Amino acid sequence: MVKALNEALRRSLSEDDRTLVLGEDVGKLGGVFRVTEGLQAEFGDKRVFDTPLAEAAIAGVSLGLALAGWRPVAEMQFDGFSYPALDQVISHVAKYRYRSRGRQTVPIVIRIPFAGGIGAAEHHSESPEAYYAHTAGLKVVAPSTPIDAHDLLRASIADPDPVIFFEPKSRYWSKEEGDLDGASALPIGKARVLREGSDCTVIAYGAMVARSLAAARAAAARGTELEVLDLRTLVPLDLDALAASVRRTGRAVVVHEAPLTAGFGAEVVARLMEDAFDCLEAPVLRVTGYDTPYPPATIESHYLPSIERILDAVDRVTNY
Amino acid sequence: MTPAEPSEEPQDALLRVLPSATAGEVDLEALGLKEEDLRELYRLMALTRRADLEATALQRQGELAVYPPLIGQEAAQVGSAFALRESDWIFPSYRELGAALVRGVDLVEYLHFYRATWHGGTYDAREHRFGYVSVPVGSQILHAVGYAMGARLDGDPIVALTYFGDGATSEGDFHEGCNFAAVFRAPVIFFCQNNQWAISVPVSAQTVAPIWKKAEAYGFPGVCVDGNDVLAVHLATREAAARAREDGTPTLIEAVTYRLGPHSTADDASRYQPGEEVESWKARDPLVRYRAWLEGSGLVDQAFVDEVEGEAKSFAAEMRAGVIGSGPRPVEEMFRWVFEDIPPHLARQRDEALRFAAEAEDPEAGIRRA
Repeated sequence: MVKALNEALRRSLSEDDRTLVLGEDVGKLGGVFRVTEGLQAEFGDKRVFDTPLAEAAIAGVSLGLALAGWRPVAEMQFDGFSYPALDQVISHVAKYRYRSRGRQTVPIVIRIPFAGGIGAAEHHSESPEAYYAHTAGLKVVAPSTPIDAHDLLRASIADPDPVIFFEPKSRYWSKEEGDLDGASALPIGKARVLREGSDCTVIAYGAMVARSLAAARAAAARGTELEVLDLRTLVPLDLDALAASVRRTGRAVVVHEAPLTAGFGAEVVARLMEDAFDCLEAPVLRVTGYDTPYPPATIESHYLPSIERILDAVDRVTNY
Repeated sequence: MTPAEPSEEPQDALLRVLPSATAGEVDLEALGLKEEDLRELYRLMALTRRADLEATALQRQGELAVYPPLIGQEAAQVGSAFALRESDWIFPSYRELGAALVRGVDLVEYLHFYRATWHGGTYDAREHRFGYVSVPVGSQILHAVGYAMGARLDGDPIVALTYFGDGATSEGDFHEGCNFAAVFRAPVIFFCQNNQWAISVPVSAQTVAPIWKKAEAYGFPGVCVDGNDVLAVHLATREAAARAREDGTPTLIEAVTYRLGPHSTADDASRYQPGEEVESWKARDPLVRYRAWLEGSGLVDQAFVDEVEGEAKSFAAEMRAGVIGSGPRPVEEMFRWVFEDIPPHLARQRDEALRFAAEAEDPEAGIRRA
C-alpha cells in the first residue's frame, strides 16, 4: 500500500504542477512510513517540502496555499498528532467554500496514517475519523487495499473539496495483485462488496476490512456466508450500497477500531434503521474498540475487533 | 519623519511621524506620500469613523446581530491598508472595517457578516484581495502565511498583511505563523493592533515581553509604531512591504493604539476599562490629531474638512439604507456551498428543510399534506 500511495502522489505531482506535498519529514526522509519516498528528489524541494513541526500551521498554511491556487497534499505524521490542526480544519478548511458562497474552493488533502495494530506507543494508533465525519464540508476517505488507496488518493487530490484521507497503518505493508491504472481513478463515495454472502453483511473500512474478510472465511467454514461491504468513503457515505447489501442479507454487523460510543458505526446503524428497517431480521450490532483510551500495545489485541468478536456478533444476529 | 520621541507608553523605540506640535515639519518625500495622499488618508479615516459609528448604531437598533467597533483604531487600519498595493492581500480578523473600506469592499456586503446574512459577508474576497472575517482569534494569520508562501512559489511579488490584536499574540497560530514565515521567507506583514484590551483582559496580563520584540526570536524585524499616528503606521507598513517584496523578509508591526469602544456591542467596557485611561486616549484621538496637524500645516482648510464630513454623512446613510433594505438569503443556500456537488445525504436534508420552509410560508400546505 505504501508503494501504491507513493505512486498516486507521483502521478498527481506529475500531471498537475499545482500539486504540492508538505508535512513533517516528507522531504529527504520520504515520510516516517516512506509514503513520500523519492518525491522530493523527483519534483524538487519547492513542490515537496518539509515543514516545521507544527500541525495547526500545516493545515492553516495549506489553506493559504490553496487560496493562492495550489493543491496541497499535507501529511499529519500520525493520527494522534493531528489534533492541534483540528481548529484550522474545522473552523476554516471545512467552511471556506461555504463562507465564500462557493467562490473559493480549498482543494486540500490531509493524509492521516491511522488506527492501531502495529505495536506502537501512545498517540500512534488512534482512529479519529468520527471527528472529521461529523464536520460538515469535509470528505472523509478510508481505503482498505493498495489499489483502492492509489485510486482514491488520486481522486481525493483531484477533488475540488477538502478531503481527510485515512491510511490504515497496519495495512501499509499489504500487497495486492493488479494494475495501478491512473486513467480510471475511482470516484469518492462508492462502497464495494468485496465478498458476496447471503446470511449477514459485515460493514467495515480501513484495516477492519481485511479482518472482516478473514472472519468471513472462518464463518464460511462453519456454513455461514458473510457479505463484506467496504465503505471506502465515510463522507459522502454510499447510502445506496449500504441499504442494498442489507436488503439482500437482512442482517448486519459494523466493525471499526474506533471506540463504540458515537463512533462512525452508530451512523451506519442509524442509516440502516432509516433506509432498510423493513428488511432487518435482527438488530444491527457493532464490533469496535472499547470506550477506553487506545490501550498499550501489549494488550491492544484485546481492544481491536478480533475475528472471534466479529463471529460472535454474527452469531448473535444470525441466531436472533 | 522624526526619530522616536520619549514616549508616554511603556514601549521603547516607538516610531512616530506626526509631531505633537501641529506646526512641525514632516518630510513627505521620505514617507513616499504626496499632498493629495495626505488628504486621502484623512478622507478614508473620516469615512471609517462615520461608518463605524453608523454600524454601532445599526446594531443598537437591531439591524445588526453584533458589531465590534473599531473607534480609536482608524489610523492603524487606514494607514496600513493604504500602504499596500492593490495586488497585495489582506487577511483580517473581525474588527477591520476601516481596512475593508480602504480596499473598496462594499461595506453593506461586509456588514452582512454582522447582520448574520452570510458568514463571509457577501463580497468576493478575491476581487478585493481582502479575506473573509475570521473570528477564531489569530487563526487567519496562518492563511496569510500560506498565501504568501504560495505567491513566493509562483514568483508573484505580492505581500500578505494580516491583522490581529494583542490577545491573538497568545495564540499558537501567531507563533507558528511567525515561525513558518521566517523559515519559508514568506512575504508577510504581521500587523498587530495592540488596542490594550482583549475583551476585559489588559495587555499587561496577556504577555510580558513587548509584542514587537517577539519578532527577534523568529529572526525577522519587529517594529513598534504609534498606532494613532496614521503617517507613522503608513511608513512602518511601507517599509515592511518593501522588505517583504525584496526578499521575502516578514515584519511584525505592533501598532500601539486603544480600543475606545467595547470589544463588541455585546460587551460593557466600563466594567473594566478605567475611565481616566479612556479619557487619556480620547485626547489622542487619531482622527482629531491628524486633522489638527493637517490644518496646522496648511494642507487642508475648513472647506475640505466640511466636504469630507458631508461625504461621510451620505456614505454612512447609504450604508445604512443598504443594510436595512436587505433580507435573509433563501434557505436553499444553507446547503448549496457545503460541497461543490451536493451529496445524496445532504440533498435529502435540503429537501426536508425546503419542504418545511415552504410549509412555514404557507401553513395550509402542511394541513393539506396531512
